[in-house]
Amino acid sequence: MELAEAIILAVLAASTPLLIAATGELVTERSGVLNLGVEGMMIVGAACGFAGAWLTGSIFIGALFGIAAGTLMSLIFALMALGLAVNQVATGLALTILGVGLSGLIGAGFVGERITPAVHLTIPGLTDIPLIGRVLFGEDAFVYFSIALIIGVWWFLYRSRAGLILRACGDNHVSAHALGYPVLRIRTFAVMFGGACAGLAGAYLPLAYTPFFIPGMTAGRGWIALALVVFSSWRPGRLVVGAYLFGAVTILQLHAQGWGVGIPSQFMSALPYLATVTVLVLLSRTRTGGSTAPAALGTVFVPDR
Amino acid sequence: MQLVLEKRAERSNTIALVSPLIAIGLTIVTMAILFAILGKNPLLALHAYFIAPLTDGYSLQEIAVKATPLVMIAIGLSLCYLANAWNIGAEGQFLIGAVAGSWIAVKTQGTDAGVWVLPAMFVLAAAAGALYALIPAICKVKFGASEILTSLMLVYVADLFLDYLVRGPWRDPQGFNFPTTAEFDPVATVPLLIEGGRLHLGSIIVLLVVAAAAILLGRTIKGFEIRVVGAAPRAARFGGFNSDQLIILTFAVSGALAGLAGIIEVAGPVGHLQPGISPGYGFTAIIVAFLGRLNPLGILIAGLFLALTFIGGEQAQIAMKIPLDVTKVFQGILLFYVLACDSLILYRFKLVVPNRQVARGTG
Repeated sequence: MELAEAIILAVLAASTPLLIAATGELVTERSGVLNLGVEGMMIVGAACGFAGAWLTGSIFIGALFGIAAGTLMSLIFALMALGLAVNQVATGLALTILGVGLSGLIGAGFVGERITPAVHLTIPGLTDIPLIGRVLFGEDAFVYFSIALIIGVWWFLYRSRAGLILRACGDNHVSAHALGYPVLRIRTFAVMFGGACAGLAGAYLPLAYTPFFIPGMTAGRGWIALALVVFSSWRPGRLVVGAYLFGAVTILQLHAQGWGVGIPSQFMSALPYLATVTVLVLLSRTRTGGSTAPAALGTVFVPDR
Repeated sequence: MQLVLEKRAERSNTIALVSPLIAIGLTIVTMAILFAILGKNPLLALHAYFIAPLTDGYSLQEIAVKATPLVMIAIGLSLCYLANAWNIGAEGQFLIGAVAGSWIAVKTQGTDAGVWVLPAMFVLAAAAGALYALIPAICKVKFGASEILTSLMLVYVADLFLDYLVRGPWRDPQGFNFPTTAEFDPVATVPLLIEGGRLHLGSIIVLLVVAAAAILLGRTIKGFEIRVVGAAPRAARFGGFNSDQLIILTFAVSGALAGLAGIIEVAGPVGHLQPGISPGYGFTAIIVAFLGRLNPLGILIAGLFLALTFIGGEQAQIAMKIPLDVTKVFQGILLFYVLACDSLILYRFKLVVPNRQVARGTG
């Protein structure tokens, strides 16, 4: 029982950064923009988030630092890909390369420092319920926020007029433009939302997952978040399933290493990456009747006037 | 008034020529500001980065040594990018090539194997790199899976596989438990061009690769197909060019070149297999490819320039205690400026005064 509870808690913790980052990227991509710089925005968010928390002693301010850092990074992307109509794939790669360097520079002074990680909720009585108590009522604020976030995004995309317009930009920017919608402005907001989420997801790692910062601590999570958006067929509901599945794979391989399964640890560590490749292949194959991707995803738009 | 982007009637050849230079200029200005923020004298720092390495023979050789893998990988990547196939996993193909070539070196260690060892290592490394690159290519062509994500995921897998080998089966028993193979035998080592120097045979090989790529792209039908499929996919379909086949071909060539670069690095400057054999060559090569405008000769120059930043970065760290990460920031900023300046080949800025009467529909 205790082990099962521990595993569920660990899976939730490992899934949360993936879920937050992928939620942001989902909105960005639904507006028709492919920002491959998630990894770069996350790692800068991690460095700035830790710096903020360490300097002020507040996890909340740390999280805000992470959000601000991710948003600033995404603005560079927006300036390039939307303002200057540069190829989005190349710009996203540049953002990741820049982010890895910047985070090393910002975080260098904080390596080896520790902070008190984010507190977990305790409701007397409820949190003590066996098995489900700590899972439901004993998480940190990030976990609850990530769930609220994805529900909010679902409501926004499918139940609000603004969400409908955003999806229109993603499916056919020429028509959206012809109807008078400011395609580039809407996309800029979507890119900024993606950046804010990636920054927060990055900040989660040193603020709640491990209480310290190490360079490269995102370890490809930004890229896995990108794969999750494909996995979800750009739908919020499936994104939740995907994020928790991937969190489970990560935790299971860690536990398998602990149980001394006779497989070298490096092979187990490679599992999440191999799982990503496998899922991308299976999913792309079983999808019938054309792609579910936003039709204008990754294409350059320069309004004619 | 408002600044808007407008498509040019035709691409500007002047800007195409000077845009890499503008980009480098802007990057240097940005770096000077960054150095000032870090509390270093910008002029001294820039001197350490860009001038000092050019002033002594050892550093000049070192630049050529660093440029070798960068140019070799970037040539392959440029073929992919020209064909609109996004291989961003060259780092993984580099590592797998290094591993495959090292297998021969490790297995023949201490035997009296002849001169065939090094050529065999090269062939096996290139083949392994090509096969590793074919995984994302086939996933893309057969199943439609994004080659960007799959090729990148395989970088992490290759890294872990190399780590396993040098900590496990291939570890040097006399290596004081360090994760490394034993030093390769002389027959498994890339010969030096100058006795006691740093330049090695790899630099000659990379020049041949550049020449071959220039001929392929400029003088052959295959090269023409690659360029058409990337630049005008519709025209390519009408022309009967098979874009799937070209994705497979360009990925295989680019993987083979990355794999070859991997074994040359391991059997050359490094001398044994260990983790951390690449300071991100596979990713920096992406910048080299774009800075060189996806043109073989341009890539050669761009590779030398980025190699200069690696050496300059190391020297600036020693001389002025400037963190090594500054080099990565520099490379990222450079790629941004290159892409931004390239945008001005196709577009131009225009000042627009919004006409309110037109906006109201009465004009």
